[in-house]
Amino acid sequence: MSLGNQLLQYLFTGITIGSIYGMVALGFNIIYNSTGIINLAQGEFVMLGGMITIFLTTVVKLPLFLSFFLSVLLVTLIGAIFERLAIHPLKSPSVITLIIITIAGSILFKGGAMFLWGKETFTLPSFSGEKPIFVLGAIILPQTLWILGIMGGVVLLLIFFFSFTRAGKAMKACAVNRRAANLVGINVKLMVLFSFALSAAIGAVAGIIITPIALMDYDRGTMLAIKGFCAAVLGGLGSNAGAVIAGFLIGITESLGAGFISSGYKDAIALVVLLAVLFFRPGGILGNKEHT
Amino acid sequence: MGKKNLFSLLVLGIMVMILPLVISNPYYLSILIFVGIYSLITIGLSLLMGYAGQISLGQAAFFGIGAYTSGILSTKFSLSPWLALIIAIFVTGGIAFLIGTPALRLKGHYLAMATLAFGQIIFIILNEEIAYTGGPSGFGQIPYFKLGNFVFNSDFRYYYFVWSIVLVVLIFSLNLIHSRVGRALRSIHGSEIAANVLGVNTAKYKIQVFVLSAIYASIAGTLYAHFVTFLSPGTFSFSFSIALLTMVVIGGMDSIWGAIMGTALLTILLEFLRIFHDYDILIYGGVLLLIMIFLPEGVFKGLFNLIYKGNFPKNRLIKKSLESRR
Repeated sequence: MSLGNQLLQYLFTGITIGSIYGMVALGFNIIYNSTGIINLAQGEFVMLGGMITIFLTTVVKLPLFLSFFLSVLLVTLIGAIFERLAIHPLKSPSVITLIIITIAGSILFKGGAMFLWGKETFTLPSFSGEKPIFVLGAIILPQTLWILGIMGGVVLLLIFFFSFTRAGKAMKACAVNRRAANLVGINVKLMVLFSFALSAAIGAVAGIIITPIALMDYDRGTMLAIKGFCAAVLGGLGSNAGAVIAGFLIGITESLGAGFISSGYKDAIALVVLLAVLFFRPGGILGNKEHT
Repeated sequence: MGKKNLFSLLVLGIMVMILPLVISNPYYLSILIFVGIYSLITIGLSLLMGYAGQISLGQAAFFGIGAYTSGILSTKFSLSPWLALIIAIFVTGGIAFLIGTPALRLKGHYLAMATLAFGQIIFIILNEEIAYTGGPSGFGQIPYFKLGNFVFNSDFRYYYFVWSIVLVVLIFSLNLIHSRVGRALRSIHGSEIAANVLGVNTAKYKIQVFVLSAIYASIAGTLYAHFVTFLSPGTFSFSFSIALLTMVVIGGMDSIWGAIMGTALLTILLEFLRIFHDYDILIYGGVLLLIMIFLPEGVFKGLFNLIYKGNFPKNRLIKKSLESRR
């Protein structure tokens, strides 16, 4: 393989994994916008989406399509229940309380998954065969197209939801100013519940579509959460367009770094990017509402 | 420092002195040594969480840097453990300063995420740099601490060594809380804006406490390395950071004494629950969630409040601290 081919191959891999980071970042943004909370359990939704689909297809033996929707539904429900049980009862909690609560939720989900499915790594069959497509000497797996397509669909749906539906516009209002939203009659507490459900759903979708390529085990959530957060911060916390772009950037950087520098340090690359962003551009590349 | 703290110190001091004479089982003694080592970290974490209102999810990494720096220096470069201890303190403190400076300029969750990411980076480095760290299988034969010809090679000797350091750190921290710095820190926790307006350089104090907590963890790491004499990355993983966090939360975030009690409680509890070893994260998660929702003051103070609500003369103060929290 020539250097050009290699470069192209890493680029494809980076875009694939980057779209997952972008989706995790979207999940962070949705909750952050309506509540100001950074939900550290975001990565667990991704893990649960993958694991539940694997369980439904291999143990319950449901068709993949049905498992997909059932799994997203279940994780959405888990997200909503988590909000009701752990976030809702708190009265004006401090940032530190929220961090501890969401991290506690995260390790509970992780522990629960380990309890149910053990420590093995599982996989799913690709959605439409494994036959690779050759583009300029580089390989694209059909699953990559599925991932990009579904991610595009999710983004379009989100744009539609936030611009044209009543619930979406209400959530957007909460993001602008919670108190003002409350004053014009929006049920802010309900919007918080919605935002958790929605971001759990997006996380679950990301987890399901990446599993055929990246496999899944109970311990994936934390790293996915950190990388997703990295994308969210790089794109400017709260900015959805920024999240998607930054997701791709991080995915590509990671893939190039793993290919040309060291595969052992693959996971460290995104983390170094995160620390560097905090150091030099805490507002992200596309600007940010919150600086200090 | 206050009469109450002096009295508590006296009680703790006497307990620490007597316990090894009562407990002859070496296994129990070694658990108490671990309680001491972990207490050093949780005292620092409680200063950071309870007094500066910040959180670190990567305290295990600072513990690990302390342990590996002094372990590697004393084993592969034949330095004296004492010198290695000092170097490890400077290395850890310097790294904490670099991480903390950008992250603490921003709101609370940035430090949480930065420390979480940092913890993972350190964990990866410990696994990958096989030439120095021995990789996933670790390395051993770390020498003991020595004072002249007196070698700290028995649990009995090491117990007194560790706990005297804990007492020194404890006295230093109690004095710190009741000093100008401590008042400044509490003002940050109350309202950072108000503190700023009153001329408290909040960013500077937050960074100082963060670095101090990292240094405590580093000292604990060195003590761990020269006690167990073997290091592998598993000890310094994310789940240990969570364990430390749980210890502090059990004891009540704004109490150093609570941190020590929480550490003792969880360390001893986990020793007896060894069979559930793999599922300890479920315990941490459940405990953290329940305490934060139902007993945010910590188990000891929280239960105390529940029992004596209304008719205990001193609870005026507690109520006051509850109110200031809102």
